[in-house]
Amino acid sequence: MSVLVEKADLSLKYTAHYNEVKESLREDSADVLNVPRNKAFQDFVMQGIPTRKNENYKYTNLQPQFYPEYRFIHRREPAKVDLNAVGRCDVPQLDTHLAYIFNGWYYENNKQVGQLPKGVILESLEKMAYEKPELLAKYGTLANTGDDPLVALNTAFAKDGYFLYVPKNTVVEKPIQLINFLQANQDAFVTQRNFIYVEEGVDVKIISCDHTLNLNKYLNNSVTEVFVGANANFEYYTLQNQHNQTTSLNSVFIHQERDSRATTLYSSLHGGLIRNNLKFILDGENAEANLYGMAFIDRKQHVDNFTQVIHAKPHCQSNQVYKNVLDDDSTGAFAGRIHVVRDAQKTNAFQRNNNLLLTDKATMQTKPQLIIDADDVKCSHGATVGQIDEEALFYLRSRGIEESKARLMMMNAFAHEVIQRISVEPLRDRIDELVDKRLKGEVARCHECAYNCEC
Amino acid sequence: MLTIKDLYVSVEGTEILKGINLEVKPGEIHAIMGPNGSGKSTLANVIAGKEEYEVTHGSITYMGEDLLEQSPEDRAKAGLFLSFQYPVEIPGVPMVNFLKTAVNEHRKHRGEKELTAGEFLKFMREKMEMVDLHAQLTNRSVNEGFSGGEKKKNEIFQMALLEPKLAILDETDSGLDIDALKTVAHGVNALRTPENATIVVTHYQRLLDYIIPDYVHVLYQGKIVKSAGKELALQLEEKGYDWIKQENGN
Ligand SMILES: Nc1ncnc2c1ncn2[C@@H]1O[C@H](COP(=O)(O)OP(=O)(O)O)[C@@H](O)[C@H]1O
Ligand SMILES: [Mg+2]
Repeated sequence: MSVLVEKADLSLKYTAHYNEVKESLREDSADVLNVPRNKAFQDFVMQGIPTRKNENYKYTNLQPQFYPEYRFIHRREPAKVDLNAVGRCDVPQLDTHLAYIFNGWYYENNKQVGQLPKGVILESLEKMAYEKPELLAKYGTLANTGDDPLVALNTAFAKDGYFLYVPKNTVVEKPIQLINFLQANQDAFVTQRNFIYVEEGVDVKIISCDHTLNLNKYLNNSVTEVFVGANANFEYYTLQNQHNQTTSLNSVFIHQERDSRATTLYSSLHGGLIRNNLKFILDGENAEANLYGMAFIDRKQHVDNFTQVIHAKPHCQSNQVYKNVLDDDSTGAFAGRIHVVRDAQKTNAFQRNNNLLLTDKATMQTKPQLIIDADDVKCSHGATVGQIDEEALFYLRSRGIEESKARLMMMNAFAHEVIQRISVEPLRDRIDELVDKRLKGEVARCHECAYNCEC
Repeated sequence: MLTIKDLYVSVEGTEILKGINLEVKPGEIHAIMGPNGSGKSTLANVIAGKEEYEVTHGSITYMGEDLLEQSPEDRAKAGLFLSFQYPVEIPGVPMVNFLKTAVNEHRKHRGEKELTAGEFLKFMREKMEMVDLHAQLTNRSVNEGFSGGEKKKNEIFQMALLEPKLAILDETDSGLDIDALKTVAHGVNALRTPENATIVVTHYQRLLDYIIPDYVHVLYQGKIVKSAGKELALQLEEKGYDWIKQENGN
């Protein structure tokens, strides 16, 4: 079969499926979610499942990930176990407002959310689309279905996910922790749609952890839209720790108003293919965006971080630090686009991507892209792909430290620059520990998890 | 303790050491002097186990065993210590972690109990006074942002923590002012015992006013061209290296 025919077949397969389910997708969904579906699906068909020909997916061919016969989870299905009993998997010491998401659906039985400050809503998107459509007025305004086929497909299929609203000047002391579990009785295609609306003067931190609870193949296509009001502080930490048969596609859009600060930090430990699309729009003066990421991958894993930072207003600052450690045959990519629009003077944009290759077979693609339409701008970017510094390794060994231990110290040191950006101390310690375990080759699984998936 | 026999060493195809012989016994201090580029650091690095140096001929025996067979970490645990001419900066590796790991690797090797964090800090503080190292430096990454002098003091500080049997000090005096030089020399002397030995590599005789050598060797163009007692250092100071160069036909 030629590639062309396969490609057409693949799109046809998804089109046939959509036509089959489009009526039932509308059931139990409010207008907010239903109105954009058809146009979104058309946009998906127009763009198709991305191949390397798509400039934004140059380093990640998604077609093979879409071949398997997945079961689509378009309806809420009860979790087989009480997720509250599965435990606070990864960050046991952490005192958080905890909610579970099951196969992309907000878990109906979340018991550990605890007492949120007055007016804060953490709920199911499906439910809020009925009850508070006014808070979802901006739904779909960031996640443009014409720009990206994954966003289009997500919008066509979107049923649920989490919804977070934090009213003006509210400080949410404890972090909000969202644990995403995947568990189906066969290979499954999961769509998760999240919406975060943070008003002026808010301070909120989110920890999102991705896990698989059994060995089936999963494709998870999630989209998250985040609106950060003036003078607010928004922090979003995500821990990607799914098994290596999982395709994890995450698109996060963050819109910032003046004087706000938004920080994202992605820690990718396990997962077969991970693609993180991250788009920031700095749409008010003096806004600050921080994008951090680190990946520790081996075997056939593939991690691709694709960032876009749009400096739409003057006097904004953005910082990007991405670090990857690649072992075995693993492959990685980083593409970072900085777009300074006309009149966004006094922009300060910084970007760096450092990579450590542990074998000759591991490969890394790194590509900065600067589009600068203003003249008074400070932009810098840099990328390195290299091996462990042999001089430093010798220094450590010459003091009696075993080679393997010395290498580990060097790799931890490499990751340290990103880890230290985590402002929540117990989370920082825990991630530090997980990274150390990951680098030692010990499977960094949740100790307290009832499921011991060997993956 | 250390016996080097007819040692030839190449780097990237260039022969740098051309037949070195040296015998160091417990309790002795040897000075190796010589102009820049003569191969002093190469000799020091080969003894410490740096892999890019290729030994093409000869042998090094340390404590009765073939040293060239051992990994750098095994040499260190067997009591060898190199104070580097250019200590490397290692961003992200905290000093305290590094030092504690090194000390505990040595303790494990000797069959002693590993030190807890608290015990280690106490031990570290004692040794720090000895070389007058600023306490804040131990809060940084290894050598990161240290001045030239601080790096050298840090080397001697590590020596104090690890208590080696054979220490090689490669140009430990360069970059030190006279007070720092005295402090470092004092530290080295305080660590002396009748069982351990020191090789001082330098091209000035200044340090040898404070660390008095039993033997002085002159290394020139990869060979030891002269060996004598401490008076040789003074002679070199007076006449300069041109004297050696002339004698060796340059
Ligand atoms: N890693 C290396 N690669 C290539 N040449 C080297 C290397 N190390 C030392 N050399 C060369 O070997 C010679 C001796 O150097 P070195 O041992 O550093 O001398 P000294 O310490 O006496 O100044 C010099 O010519 C130097 O350039
Ligand atoms: Mg030298």
